[in-house]
Amino acid sequence: MSDQTRKIAYTEAVREALDECMARDDKVIVIGEGVPDPKAIFGTTRGLAEKYGPRRVFDMPLAENGMTGICIGAALRGMRPVLVHQRIDFSLLAMDQMVNNAAKWHYMFDGKASVPMVIRMIIGRGWGQGAQHSQSLQSMFAQVPGLKVVLPVTPHDAKGMLIAAVEDDNPVIFIEHRWLQQIEDHVPRDHYRVPLNEARLLFEGGAVTVAAFSYAALEALSVAKALAATMAIYADVLDMRTARPLDIEAVIRSVSRTGHLIVADTAFHTGSIAGEVIAQVTERAFGMLKSAPVRIALPDFPVPTSHFMTEDWYPGPQTIAEAVLDLIDADRGTEDYARLCTVLQPQSRHDTPNRDFVGPF
Amino acid sequence: MNPSDSVSLYRSMLRIRRVEEALAARYAEQEMRCPMHLCIGQEAIAAGVCAALERSDSVFSNHRAHGHYLAKGGNLNRMIAELYGCSTGCCGGRGGSMHLIDLSVGFMGSTPIVGGTVPLAVGVAWAATLKAGREVVVAFFGDGCFEEGVVHESMNFAALHKLPVIFVCEDNDFSVYTRRDARQPDRPIHEVAAAHGLRAASGNGSDVDEVFGLATEAVDRARLGEGPQFLEFRTYRWREHCGPNFDDEFDYRSEHEIKKGLSECPVDFYKSRLALTPGQEESLIDSLEKEIKKEIDAAFRFAQESALPGVGDGLSKLYV
Repeated sequence: MSDQTRKIAYTEAVREALDECMARDDKVIVIGEGVPDPKAIFGTTRGLAEKYGPRRVFDMPLAENGMTGICIGAALRGMRPVLVHQRIDFSLLAMDQMVNNAAKWHYMFDGKASVPMVIRMIIGRGWGQGAQHSQSLQSMFAQVPGLKVVLPVTPHDAKGMLIAAVEDDNPVIFIEHRWLQQIEDHVPRDHYRVPLNEARLLFEGGAVTVAAFSYAALEALSVAKALAATMAIYADVLDMRTARPLDIEAVIRSVSRTGHLIVADTAFHTGSIAGEVIAQVTERAFGMLKSAPVRIALPDFPVPTSHFMTEDWYPGPQTIAEAVLDLIDADRGTEDYARLCTVLQPQSRHDTPNRDFVGPF
Repeated sequence: MNPSDSVSLYRSMLRIRRVEEALAARYAEQEMRCPMHLCIGQEAIAAGVCAALERSDSVFSNHRAHGHYLAKGGNLNRMIAELYGCSTGCCGGRGGSMHLIDLSVGFMGSTPIVGGTVPLAVGVAWAATLKAGREVVVAFFGDGCFEEGVVHESMNFAALHKLPVIFVCEDNDFSVYTRRDARQPDRPIHEVAAAHGLRAASGNGSDVDEVFGLATEAVDRARLGEGPQFLEFRTYRWREHCGPNFDDEFDYRSEHEIKKGLSECPVDFYKSRLALTPGQEESLIDSLEKEIKKEIDAAFRFAQESALPGVGDGLSKLYV
């Protein structure tokens, strides 16, 4: 398989990035609950312990806050730790060290020291994971000056952004969505970086701007393709890629052409990073908006476990499509609309990422 | 201990005492506009532990950090300037009393979240072993901090990987105004550390010889690869938790306790250990006092003549 056509899954892209970073720099160490175990964090750390040894690839005590602080200390002494949380929810135990130390050390001490560290966190949904295993907390971290918060969507970006994060001299929160893990994409074999401050235009339209985070960007892309194919409606889809910094310029550039803004997020509605995008665009480009911006996010409730209760819990492609149609006042009484709805029909049960999925998570 | 070591320990304690007394005397001017936690009465621990370290060894500290910073060799001018919020301060005015740093002498940083720097010390020790260095790292903290989960997480990891880190617990019996017996069961703190697998000892934190002796043994063992060490020192905080004043009018300590605490002054107590004739003692102390006063006066002058930051200076260095 030539490099131009090589396709690999998101999890393999993450693994490859770690492997390359460890091969190039012996200061890179990987630590986390389950990192060297047989499941290897959904395969993303497979083989690393064997290749780089137990001094650089660690399992860790169940001590999230302490281990975060220990990684910060190691980073202050020149190491480049990559700390992994299999669920973002676990990282809440380490808020003190992330927010009070990692984010502020460089600033507080007048730039005399820095914390080059990556904290990988996996977000997700489905299969009854419930209130404490399915949160999307990107806005909590994005609120903290001194952290960088990134959410790669494609395998290409997962590899390039993880390499950029490991090589960055600042603490980076690296958020991976569980439902992106099996997606395959062209991923170069090279060692390359994707910038940690730029949104990417996934689909160019011009009628409406859909700015989206993480898995919602993938849904938005499918909506844009379906709208173009069935109703000849062309939307801009922006994969925001980062929550801190926010590439608001990219959103404003698109809104300057479309005049309409939808922001889709995987998180709770209130305080979501989607709300921040809308606030900033409204503050800076109010005159460009032809309609009130729309936020697509989750209900302000913990997610229940029973799949009977979560049936319509998550906004999805249909929600995004309806928002687009509302903004441009499209006629729904057409065969084209009926075809759109058919195309957007879910391909799998609502609590699984794809038809091939078999529980447990 | 040879006589020159005794004099340098005495000098280290006296210097911390006089610096903090000068801070207390000027605090009322309201020019040092930040919280300030004085370690008057607790100087022997900072002086004794830091004397057992090499310059290339590292120290982390907490909100009550002046003594640790000075004993490790931290620059006095930059500390005073930091308290006045000057650009020449060790944090450029971003930190104040609760955030001190001097990397040139291994003072890695102090912060006021209780327990916040303890895992960082373990992390530096971990990195040192990964690089096969000979560095030893000290984390200073108080008896209240021993209640923080992160301290136990840190000890667990340090013991598991036999890291060259020394946990130094300064037990002054108080968390602000709350006594240890209202917060912890009646059992020795260091025995809990021992149960984590650390080599642990306790001693009189008002006796700098005892502190220095225990610290020297702990440093030697840590440097030889024998793993983490824990030292618990009893001590007495003379003044209020935060601020320049005595606060005995609140009656939170009995007269007897106050009298006993003050009578165990680590600085005065140590004069007899210098083993000098009254004439020699007077002459030595007189010259030390003069030298220290000159240094302190110069440090305050340095701060008062220093450039001041402007509003915009706080809007940089968020990221590397």
